[in-house]
Order: sequence, then structure tokens, then C-alpha cells
Amino acid sequence: MKNRISAVLFGTALALVAGSSALAQDKTIKIGVLTDNSGLYSDLGGAGSTLAAQMAIEDSGLAAKGWKIGLISADHQNKPDVATNIARQWIDVEKVDIFMDVLNSGVALAVNNLVKEKNSIMINTGAASSDLTNAQCSPNTIHWVYDTYMLANSTGQALVKAGGDTWYFLTADYAFGAALERDTTAVVVKAGGKVLGSVKHPLNSSDFSSFLLQAQASKAKIVGLANAGGDTTNAIKQAAEFGIVSGGQKLAGLLLFITDVHALGLNVAQGLNFTETFYWDLNDGTRAFSKRFSDRAKNKAEPSMVQAGVYSGLIHYFKALEAMGGNPHDGIKVVEKMKSMPTDDPLFGKGTIRADGRKIHPAYLFEVKKPSESKGPWDYYKLIGTTPGEQAFRPLSESACPLVKK
Amino acid sequence: MQALYAQLLVGLINGSFYALLSLGLAVIFGMLNIINFAHGALYMMGAFCAYFLLSVAGIGYWPALIIAPIAVGIFGMILERTMLQWLSGLDHLYGLLLTFGLALIIQGVFQNYFGSSGLPYAIPDELKGGMNLGFMFLPIYRGWVVVFSLIVCLLTWYLIERTRLGANLRAATENPTLVRAFGINVPRMITLTYGLGVGLAALAGVLSAPINQVRPLMGADLIIVVFAVVVIGGMGSILGSIITGFALGVIEGLTKYFYPEASNTVVFVLMVLVLLVKPSGLTGRAN
Repeated sequence: MKNRISAVLFGTALALVAGSSALAQDKTIKIGVLTDNSGLYSDLGGAGSTLAAQMAIEDSGLAAKGWKIGLISADHQNKPDVATNIARQWIDVEKVDIFMDVLNSGVALAVNNLVKEKNSIMINTGAASSDLTNAQCSPNTIHWVYDTYMLANSTGQALVKAGGDTWYFLTADYAFGAALERDTTAVVVKAGGKVLGSVKHPLNSSDFSSFLLQAQASKAKIVGLANAGGDTTNAIKQAAEFGIVSGGQKLAGLLLFITDVHALGLNVAQGLNFTETFYWDLNDGTRAFSKRFSDRAKNKAEPSMVQAGVYSGLIHYFKALEAMGGNPHDGIKVVEKMKSMPTDDPLFGKGTIRADGRKIHPAYLFEVKKPSESKGPWDYYKLIGTTPGEQAFRPLSESACPLVKK
Repeated sequence: MQALYAQLLVGLINGSFYALLSLGLAVIFGMLNIINFAHGALYMMGAFCAYFLLSVAGIGYWPALIIAPIAVGIFGMILERTMLQWLSGLDHLYGLLLTFGLALIIQGVFQNYFGSSGLPYAIPDELKGGMNLGFMFLPIYRGWVVVFSLIVCLLTWYLIERTRLGANLRAATENPTLVRAFGINVPRMITLTYGLGVGLAALAGVLSAPINQVRPLMGADLIIVVFAVVVIGGMGSILGSIITGFALGVIEGLTKYFYPEASNTVVFVLMVLVLLVKPSGLTGRAN
């Protein structure tokens, strides 16, 4: 009897202690990976992004330190309205603290507003529009991997320097395509080149022949593809068919992912120049991560830069939370903490997060290998140039973001 | 003006895919009264079949043009025997829902194994390169697609409208009991017809494999447009679907030139207009 009473007392005391510590140090977080799980971008984000998040949670070691980390994922179907509905439910019902991936610029800009309104967090690793850290910047959003300004700056400048001074654009008809065309046009014109015209095609087009004929008729030296995913691969494949490249024009895939090159095959993709901020075979750190990733990935695929960004972003997020000691639910506060700490991980190297939410790291200009140069599947890129982080992205002096103090 | 000719020709090329696919749909609807929403998925299977023949068995494009439609056609006949035949005589909605569900399952399975970016399939060596027509550079492969699909369309039309086999088939749809009384195995004929329609879809898939990426969603992107083509042409009308297929390809091509942003809606605008003026479609007979 005595034993039982003491056991009850002990139990109550324990519960009180546990309860009070929970009040003082809330260590529960929930991560939401909002991505395209079924459409044209699902290979470069999708299930691979969720896997990257899972790996970041495991590698953080936070669970052993008393943190409870939940992870959910959903398919936004590339529709901003679907995405905002999911995001609203995640914040209100599921108590999600941080949104990862959120590829597709149209979706990202919509979720960006909601995340700001609800004081949540978005680490965007998938969308391209540079507006996320410019006119539309938010104290709750970090743009992690790449953006249209950087792509234009790196690929655009390199091609103009190499003599490609007249351009014609094939542009995906939504926020992303418009931003990429706008940013590239600025770079081309600044470098002394000229844009001869552009044609907007609907998202997810399967036939590009009409658009390619217009590009061919323009006689521009460079045909700039301001689109992504399946649109880019189909355009490249059909450009070969219509003799665009053999006719002396050069294709510029302004945004190409390793999954696209894999899908095209080296025969079609060889010689293309484009920019990424991560490649699995860059150094020992990226190789080690990618080996672990591809062992667990569907089809043994190597990670895309979007998926690598999910891992890298979460690792930094966890570091910030650990430094704060708990209470992860005030979005602005956590993002401020993240901005105040330098970033460092094996995937993107050392970097920083600027006041406007732009993550800074080097950008790499790649060329796709010839089939004879490739040692096997996924051995696709040759590094031909590196732009240091400070020069790769839009300088703060040109920023229209209200968070930047001038 | 030169650009206009080029767009007309490009439209004709796309039109040949619309024609082949809508022809298969028209055959299936006309003979079986099934609205076959799995058509896009079967088209995709045709392209994948060509890819596997090449990458696994080393069998090239030309044999694939025959093997893939037969293989996918057999798959279609199994579907018909095991599922679709139980829906005969029921409302169209049941067939539509069943085939739509089947399409989602087939696409889901392929996407699970092969991802969304697709797989490469090269143009056969014999058809590589192009001709300079003066007003445009015509890839030889595209020219081949137009000629070949036109021949296939006309042969199918001839088979159904002008031969004894076709006459039996049409009779069987009108009055199956009476045709059975003549000693004709009607259920088998229906199964074979479904196989033919599916085979046409798979053939279109093989034809498109060298042009587009072989992707699990390649059919899903196309099927809605093709249904619009069938509705405009008149449900179940063989010749109507062939002509509308080519015509809509051309109209879409011209839209891509004059106002590209509208190029993926123009077909549906036309569909609305046709339905308002002639609800049974351009060549359809009012029931």
C-alpha cells in the first residue's frame, strides 16, 4: 500500500515536472514538404524532397536531445489555389511550423503571402522567381537554392561573352517564365546583346514545333528556354529534330536539372550550358550525401539541387532551433536567428542568409558531357566556371525589398 | 507568309496524332458504346512498349510499330473481357468512370516506377535529318508521321465502312441478337474491336515516342484535347473524327502563330461553339 501511494506520488511529480518543462521549453516541430508529387516537376522535387527532409531529421540528432519532429508531405498539383488550401490547413489544423520545397513560382508566391500572414516559415528550395527576395520578400521566407536572377546572371552572361549576342525566348506562360525572361533580358542587354523576340507557350506543352519554327525564323544566335522540367526536355529534343543546333543556333536551357539531363540522355543533351548550385559529383561532401540519398531513392536517382536544398535548409533550421533552445513557433524570430548564423553544410559549403531572405552560395556553370566522356549513369556534368556567392545573386544595392536597410 | 505555310504543316503533323487517337476513340464508342477514358493511358503504354522493346530486347522502331500495338491491343482485350463487357447495356457513365479509374491506376503505376521526366527514345536512323522546303525545315520523321497516320486512318475507315467484316460489326451494334442468329460470335467481335481501337492508340504512342519524351503523363495531357476532337467531329463518326483531327491540328497550329497563349484553349472554344450550333457534332447523326 505504502509503495503504491509513493508510486502514485512519484508519477504525479514526474508528470508535473514534464508538464512544466514542456511549458518552458516547447520542443515540438512539424515540417511540411509541399511539392509536386505527381506532375511534371515531381522528379526534381516530389518524393525525393520528402526523403531529403527525412534524412535531415535523422542526421540532426535532435530526437536524441528531446525534440519531437513530425514530417508531412502533400501534392500541390502545381495549382496555387490547391497549395494555399493545403498550407492553410497545415498551419491551422496540423500546426506545421515550416514549409519546405514549395516548387513552382506561382505556388511559391501564393504560399509566401499566407506564410507571412500566419507568421510561419518557408524555406523555398524549388521555385525560381527572384521576386521572392525582391519586391515580394518576406521576413518569414528564405529562398535557398537558386533564383532567376542568378540563372540569368551566370548562364546569360557566359553565353553573351562567348559571342551569343542575339536572343529569342521560348517562355513558359506563368510567373516563373516571365521572371526568368525578364531577368535574362536585363543581363543580355547589359552585356551588349539584343533580344529579338519571344513566344509564350502554355505550361506543360508537349509540342514545341510551332514555337521552335518561330525561334528559327528569328535568326537569333541563342534560343533561350525560359521554362523547366518536361517543357524544357521536350523543347530540347524537338529543337534537335528541327535542326536548330545544326543550323548554327545555340540552345540555352536557362533552368535545367540533373533529372532533365538524365531523361534526355547524353546524345541529345550533350554540349548544353546551364547553371546549378549543387551537383552530386562536386566534392567528397556532395558525393557522400548523394550516395546515401540514392541508396534510398526511387530508381537510385541522384539528388537534384532542389532536394539537396531541402536537406541543407533543414540542417540550418535545426541548428538555429538548437541555439534558441526551444519554442520554435514564432516564424519571424526563428528566421531572424537563422539569418544571424552563417550557414555551413557539406552540400552547398559555407554561406550566409541575407536580410532579404536570399541564401548566398556559389553558382556553378556546367556543360553536359559527351556520351564518350561519361563514365556511367548520372555522370553528366563538366564544371566550366564558378561564380562566387557575392557576385552570383542580385546585389542588395539593386534590391526592392523593404527589409533591406539602405 | 512563309511562316504561315510552316505553321499549317506543323498543324497537320499534330493533327495526325489527334486523328489517330480520336479514330480509336470513335471506333470504340461507335461499336461498343464505351467512352474510353483509358485511351490516353493506352497511348502512353504504346510508347513505353516501344521503349522496352528497344532497351531490353534490342528491338528497334520498325518492328515496334507492329509489336507494340498488338501487345497493348491484347492488354486492351483482356480489360474488355474481364471488366468492360459487364457494363454493356448500362449507362455511358459507368464505362466512363471505370475507364477513367483504369487510366489513373495505369498512369500511377508507371509513374511510380519511371518518374515523371520520362525516358529517351531516338529517331530511327532511316528517318533522321530533314528537308529544306524553302519555307521551313521539315524533319523527315514528321513527314513520315503525317503520311503513315493518314494511310492507317484511311485503312481503318475502309475496313469498317466498306468491307463485309465492317458491315457485320456495324450490324452487331445495331442489333446484336439478330446478328447472333446468323451464327456470328458477337462478343468476340466486340472484344476484337476494342483491341483494334486500343491498338490504334498504342500505334500513335509508338509514333510519338521519338518526338516527345516517353513519359507516364504523356497521354493524360493529350486525352482531353482528343475528346474535344471526337465531340466536335460527332461521337462515333469514323470519317468525322479523322477529318476533325487533322483540321483541329491545323487550327491549333495557326493559333500558336497568331496568339500562342490561347493555343491550348482554342480547341475547347471550338467545341463549345459546335455544341451550341450542332449538338451532335459536325458529322454526327442526331439520335
